[in-house]
Amino acid sequence: MSAPSEVVVGRIIGTPVERKEDKKLLQGQAQWVDNMKLPGMVFLGIVRSPYAHARIVSVDVQPALAHAGVIAAWSGEDLDEDWHGSLPCAWLPTEETNAPTHRPLAIDKVRYAGDAVAVVVTDSREAAEDAIELVEVDYEPLPAVADVEAALADGAPLVHDEFGTNQCYTWTLETGEVDGLFAEAAVTVSERYRQNRLVPNAIEPRAVVVSPIPANGEYTMWSTTQVPHIARVTLSGVCGIPEAKLRVIAPDVGGGFGSKLNVYAEEALALVVARRLGRPTKWTEARSEGYLSTIHGRDVVQEIELAATAEGKITAVRVRLVSAMGAYLQLVTPGIPLLGAWLYGGSYDIEAYSFECIGVFTHTVPTDAYRGAGRPEATYAIERAVDALARKLELDPVELRRRNFIREFPATLASGLTIDSGDYGACLDVAIEESEYDAVRAEQAQRRAAGDSKRVGIGLSTYVEMCGLAPSAILGAIRYSAGGWDTATIRCLPTGTVQVLTGTSPHGQGHETTWSQIAADQLGYAVDEIEVLHGDTAVVPLGMDTYGSRSLAVGGVALYYAAERIIDKAKKLAAHMLEVDVEQIEHVRGVYQALDSSMTIKEIAFAAWTAHNLPEGMEPGLEASYVYDPPNFSWPAGAHVAIVEVDTETGAVDLRRYVAVDDVGTVINPTIVDGQIHGGLAQGVAQALYEEAVYDDDANLLTSNMVTYLVGSAAEFPRWELYRTETPSPTNPLGVKGVGETGSIASPAAVMNAVVDALAEDGITEIAMPATPERVWRALKEVQR
Amino acid sequence: MIPAAFDYERADSVEQALELLGSREEAKLLAGGHSLLPAMRLRLSRPSLLVDVGRLSELSYVRDAGASIAIGALTRHHDVATAPLLQEHNPLVCHVAGLIGDPQVRHRGTIGGSLAHGDPASDLPAVALALDAEIDVAGAGGTRTVAAADFFRGVFETAVGAGEMVTEVRVPKLSGDHVWSYLKFRRRAQDWATVGVAAVARANGAITQPAIALVSMGAVPLRAAASEAAWAGGDDPGAAAAEGTEPPSDTNGSAEFRRHLVQVLVRRAVDEAVGR
Amino acid sequence: MRSVALTVNEVPYELELEPRELLVYVLRDRLGLTGTVVGCDTSSCGACTVLIDGESVKSCTVLGVQADGAEITTIEGLSENGELHELQQSFHEHHALQCGYCTSGMVLAAVSLLAETPRPSESEIRHALEGNLCRCTGYQNIVDAIGAVAR
Repeated sequence: MSAPSEVVVGRIIGTPVERKEDKKLLQGQAQWVDNMKLPGMVFLGIVRSPYAHARIVSVDVQPALAHAGVIAAWSGEDLDEDWHGSLPCAWLPTEETNAPTHRPLAIDKVRYAGDAVAVVVTDSREAAEDAIELVEVDYEPLPAVADVEAALADGAPLVHDEFGTNQCYTWTLETGEVDGLFAEAAVTVSERYRQNRLVPNAIEPRAVVVSPIPANGEYTMWSTTQVPHIARVTLSGVCGIPEAKLRVIAPDVGGGFGSKLNVYAEEALALVVARRLGRPTKWTEARSEGYLSTIHGRDVVQEIELAATAEGKITAVRVRLVSAMGAYLQLVTPGIPLLGAWLYGGSYDIEAYSFECIGVFTHTVPTDAYRGAGRPEATYAIERAVDALARKLELDPVELRRRNFIREFPATLASGLTIDSGDYGACLDVAIEESEYDAVRAEQAQRRAAGDSKRVGIGLSTYVEMCGLAPSAILGAIRYSAGGWDTATIRCLPTGTVQVLTGTSPHGQGHETTWSQIAADQLGYAVDEIEVLHGDTAVVPLGMDTYGSRSLAVGGVALYYAAERIIDKAKKLAAHMLEVDVEQIEHVRGVYQALDSSMTIKEIAFAAWTAHNLPEGMEPGLEASYVYDPPNFSWPAGAHVAIVEVDTETGAVDLRRYVAVDDVGTVINPTIVDGQIHGGLAQGVAQALYEEAVYDDDANLLTSNMVTYLVGSAAEFPRWELYRTETPSPTNPLGVKGVGETGSIASPAAVMNAVVDALAEDGITEIAMPATPERVWRALKEVQR
Repeated sequence: MIPAAFDYERADSVEQALELLGSREEAKLLAGGHSLLPAMRLRLSRPSLLVDVGRLSELSYVRDAGASIAIGALTRHHDVATAPLLQEHNPLVCHVAGLIGDPQVRHRGTIGGSLAHGDPASDLPAVALALDAEIDVAGAGGTRTVAAADFFRGVFETAVGAGEMVTEVRVPKLSGDHVWSYLKFRRRAQDWATVGVAAVARANGAITQPAIALVSMGAVPLRAAASEAAWAGGDDPGAAAAEGTEPPSDTNGSAEFRRHLVQVLVRRAVDEAVGR
Repeated sequence: MRSVALTVNEVPYELELEPRELLVYVLRDRLGLTGTVVGCDTSSCGACTVLIDGESVKSCTVLGVQADGAEITTIEGLSENGELHELQQSFHEHHALQCGYCTSGMVLAAVSLLAETPRPSESEIRHALEGNLCRCTGYQNIVDAIGAVAR
């Protein structure tokens, strides 16, 4: 056996390497959780409440047990002894936060339509659906409240009686002389916005399979999760399974967008059913079931005030949020508004800042992280309010933004955090030029003069966001229960290939390709010689998973540092083999050169594996790990421009063009980065124009399937016009910032600013999202009155 | 989601289909299945027997029937949309068949199924009404012909009785002086119409035989008689378009909005028809 | 139970099916062809799209018994001898997939489109995909991948 020796030359970072993930996905060879069949496997079905709020008088599972194919059926009381803890909430923002016990099956009351009350276990999918209908639950319906402000009113039905209020917490942040600056301000604006409730709708519904080894008390769980590591930590506590005996695997996962950044009742139920029966157990969500059981996003009422000088210099920002928690606290439910708490000042240089958020329980599906999580809300409020200020000052919104941009970096925000880098004016310049801003303004004036019933509007969103979650110490300071670090391991195998182990858990983002590029670039291997392993707690025991645009900015940087350790060891071994001092070794893309002799990384890996001739004290093998805890958040920013045409007769809004200029730091794979932005834009535009989870007065979800909840198709969106500026982050050696959420963060504000801009001449200053034809028509009717 | 259990029989002839349909109270006809199967999956519909007529190729045709074009009940939307005879003699029907659902739906859904389902939000019923289509309904006692105006009875209710099935639809051949339009206002391309308007008339110097039919403006597709009169009289056809309608309120729009929208759409449909 | 004979990817099968078994579950659970997936229960998302006799249909809205005698093509039957179909290759080159869950349905919808309309405009491509939902890509690269094959 001899060592392979070829190495790769040329820069790989920054090139559009075609994705390694694609071929199996394109040929139907992906390993989705629902594909799995195990010997003796049973199917789990969940009986859910049709009422938003009711006392459970009785649950009778006997009729279900009599049905063919039914193996077991249990009520919440039947399973209550199986729980060792509540379903987890890892983020209670204050010590006084009201945190209810959250059982996987309700036992006393149901608190939202969809709340689980019983399980059936059957030998087929079909029998499970039949048996669900046969469980007889006697409910005593109670009054319910779905609206977040109504829930705070005196006499509102309580979601959790024990707290005596629907208020979950109040969290505040205040710096500078806010009241003083408002008192002396030449101009102020006070705006109120509503963040529509959204349903994430990853196209793969959730599913879980648990395989037990009863004799050892061991469990393997395959789950459609973004967070296998967090699931292992928390579910071991919920179910009383020692963490070391629980293995969680996220195989191929079909999108998440935050909805799979959670630990769900069904995962816990599958574990305890597998434990009770000693049989593999599977649950698959039906889509319309998912609307009632998978977390929702947003649902916030926002009040924002700006104080400014007569010249339009914004001095202070004051924000008050009323944010829906839903009926229970899921994994990070109460923390979501805090992820935006530092950003309501936007990309602007302001002196003083005041933020208050009230978390409120309602009889609705719990909210939690949905793509952007707190930051789309913040961006929306400040970007809409800046446009309101521009109207008040009769200043062009472009000019007003330029007057207020943060210009010097690092920049400490009034809200307290420090932005490491950026160039906001550069993004705006490109956006204005590429969108042909002046031409659109001319067309607008022309149409106005001609009395055209179709108006044109142009809207801006010059956002900055914080991602790359997150410095562990800061997370601790804001009472998040875990760290924000991540891990990478590089194992150079003796035959010339490499395993990269990452603690992140991709579900569409292309980590296998991007991570391969980073490792290949540093170590001198070909991209195809690198295998990236992820999403299995037995293979990668340590990790913090994928959410919050963190994977590259934390996990990718961990990989960079692990590669540095490989290079360091390789240098020592090469020096030993070549009989030179380590300082004499020069490393260039996998070649370790000293004077006129050299070794390649592959030769060194082989020598490290045979271990026949190692320097004294060196361990065999060429393997290194790194756990990276970022010293700061990362701060992508950009300028987006939406151009709409509004039909004032029908109220229809047509998004004609969308120009996005983003600065996400160093780009590893431009094709993948563009794809992330495309997808985020579609979701953000849809928040502005299509999507809304609508509850009726009895807290029934009216938009409870894909017919009534409007996920857009290719026919609904324009071509995305993307541009990039690049200011590398000085915080990490790759210079990366994160890109997963920029599109959904920036775009709702751009689109709604454009819609309002189109109708500003009619006297309209606000239309709620989504800007449906009816809402536009009503707004016009209102001002014409 | 999976339907509740049911029995299944495949009919090889209209006679056999009718016999099977009559054999059980809870029997239902299965054609393309694109209205029925989704309802069964959500367990909103629970027939005990499905009589599959999907293989009755004898009912899949587009034929010249003299003054009209005859369309077999089991002709799929895709085949209606692309039928040369219809493109020549009644392009309105082709156009509308091509707007139903999405391509996959049009590959399975049938014209007879769409009419017999009686969904007031669906496109073809209003077009049938505007065109004074004739619909053949077969039953144990033979086949009768029902005028479109008498066919639609309520939400999901039509003149097709238990034990009966639609076998053929006849639409008139439009002449060279016919003008037409179909406007479908919806949020997403794949959605049902929030409001739809079919407009057809003869334009030979003056407007004669105006017909305007409305989608999703009541429990059944409606003729907008006042708008038709206005169109013929050279007045604004939109103004009275909401007269006599009882539109639903749902997440796509309130009744009030639909009453407004229909006025705009009727005006535009008439403009498009005469401008075409 | 009914006897059903169907051909999937040119392989003939004879099956005993309960009438309520949906074609998508026949493919997935009985035949192990898990490339066809379920994304919704209202015929909205198109993730389960397959070809029946060459035309795109949503296999969640077809009973297995209705497919008796049919020739079905699933994503597994599209590549030949490990060679990607030109649409699969184009999806790869244009980064027209991210998580990949909608991809089988998208590719098969595109195959059906190009069989009916060999040179579609961008607008025709977008409308031909109105029954296929993707939550990752924002559609642009999918539209471009199909357009590149059509040209």
